[in-house]
Amino acid sequence: MNESSSLRQLPPELAELVEDFSGVGPKDRLQLLLELSRELPPLPDRYADAADSMEQVHECQSPLFLAVEVEPEGDRAVRLFFSAPPEAPTTRGFASIMHTGLDGEPAADVLAVPDDFYTALGLAEAVSPLRLRGMAAMLSRIKKQVRSAVA
Amino acid sequence: MAAPIDQDPTFAEYAHPESLVSTSWLAEHLDGPDLAVVECDEDVLLYDTGHIPGAVKLDWHTELNDAVTRDYVDPEKFALLCGERGIARETTVVFYGDRNNWWATYALWVFRLFGHPDVRILDGGRAKWIAEGRELTTEEPKPTPVEYPIVERDDIAIRAFKEDVLAHLERMKSGDGALVDVRSPGEYSGELLHMPDYPQEGAVRGGHIPGAASVPWARAANEDGTFKSRAELSAIYEDEQGLSKDDAVVAYCRIGERSSHTWFVLSFLLGFEGVRNYDGSWTEWGNSVRVPIAQGAERGQA
Repeated sequence: MNESSSLRQLPPELAELVEDFSGVGPKDRLQLLLELSRELPPLPDRYADAADSMEQVHECQSPLFLAVEVEPEGDRAVRLFFSAPPEAPTTRGFASIMHTGLDGEPAADVLAVPDDFYTALGLAEAVSPLRLRGMAAMLSRIKKQVRSAVA
Repeated sequence: MAAPIDQDPTFAEYAHPESLVSTSWLAEHLDGPDLAVVECDEDVLLYDTGHIPGAVKLDWHTELNDAVTRDYVDPEKFALLCGERGIARETTVVFYGDRNNWWATYALWVFRLFGHPDVRILDGGRAKWIAEGRELTTEEPKPTPVEYPIVERDDIAIRAFKEDVLAHLERMKSGDGALVDVRSPGEYSGELLHMPDYPQEGAVRGGHIPGAASVPWARAANEDGTFKSRAELSAIYEDEQGLSKDDAVVAYCRIGERSSHTWFVLSFLLGFEGVRNYDGSWTEWGNSVRVPIAQGAERGQA
């Protein structure tokens, strides 16, 4: 898949993030990720004390919990909720990319995001491929939950 | 010139008390001219969220490893890494980081491969510094670059390759030498192919190197991230596991990071001589053709 066709399949906010990341050098990519990590919204009250109702993304290097809700009507908008500790800014940054890029998007559009979209962020060099696996796993777990919600 | 030794009495019992500094010693000596403080974390962004004033960042993954070959950086690259951080050959380097100094000891081990003379660990690491409410800053230090010599890496004294481990196994058959597996019990038994809650790094076989003692690395640390006392460490490694100071010991884990922590404990705190870290570790051994593997909770025969 070439880059332009994969970008066309991305929801607009996610496509914009990919452009932001790929438009700067590795050091600035880290800075962007750090800023995003600070923007990850806190959990709403209904999840705040209910980590056990969330799914743990074991592939991340630090504890990350994820909850996915799909609106019952209309275009089945997807809502995403993440919990990761402040001492795990990279994991928070990855979660924030998912939240900024996918929260509120229709289920079908979330499912259409290519599994390897994150390679276009150009983070492999700045963060290392190993650490990026957490992002791939996050997307695959989100999709799995969306798929079962719309089935 | 090296920075002064921390005379903290709690360190006196260790074999090499000069290899540790306390948070209060560091706070007092931060401005010392002969000292560099290096933060090395698992999380590549953690330093940027706030670090000890004056500390420089060193990333284990993107900076200490060669980008192409599975190996550490070469002497030229190492000299560059140090020089641009203001680290001269004579500089005292204090390492600290997250997760009980796991990555800090890894960085220290790599510095020792290049024979950097004065390397120390901040006991308790990042967590203890923060727990004590000490100062953090996001201000990036601007060290004056210095010339660091090009020094050949010594891959013999404290590093073991797969071939060395195979030869070590032969020696163990005649009762000479020991192996320490510092991974979690599930990885040791073969039930798990990676750390609980960690990414799978691609080992096709589970288990441990036959004859290896199982001592998960974090047993050497207290709740607050400091190292356990010498008596406690001795009770674990010597009394319980039967390791002896005179043994040639090889430590391994998954990629050689957690075992750097154990290598530090055995070498610097308990005074073992001849401890090597097998950095190929399980991601090499668990993928190698026809190497012996033991499964289950028992050590098995070397």
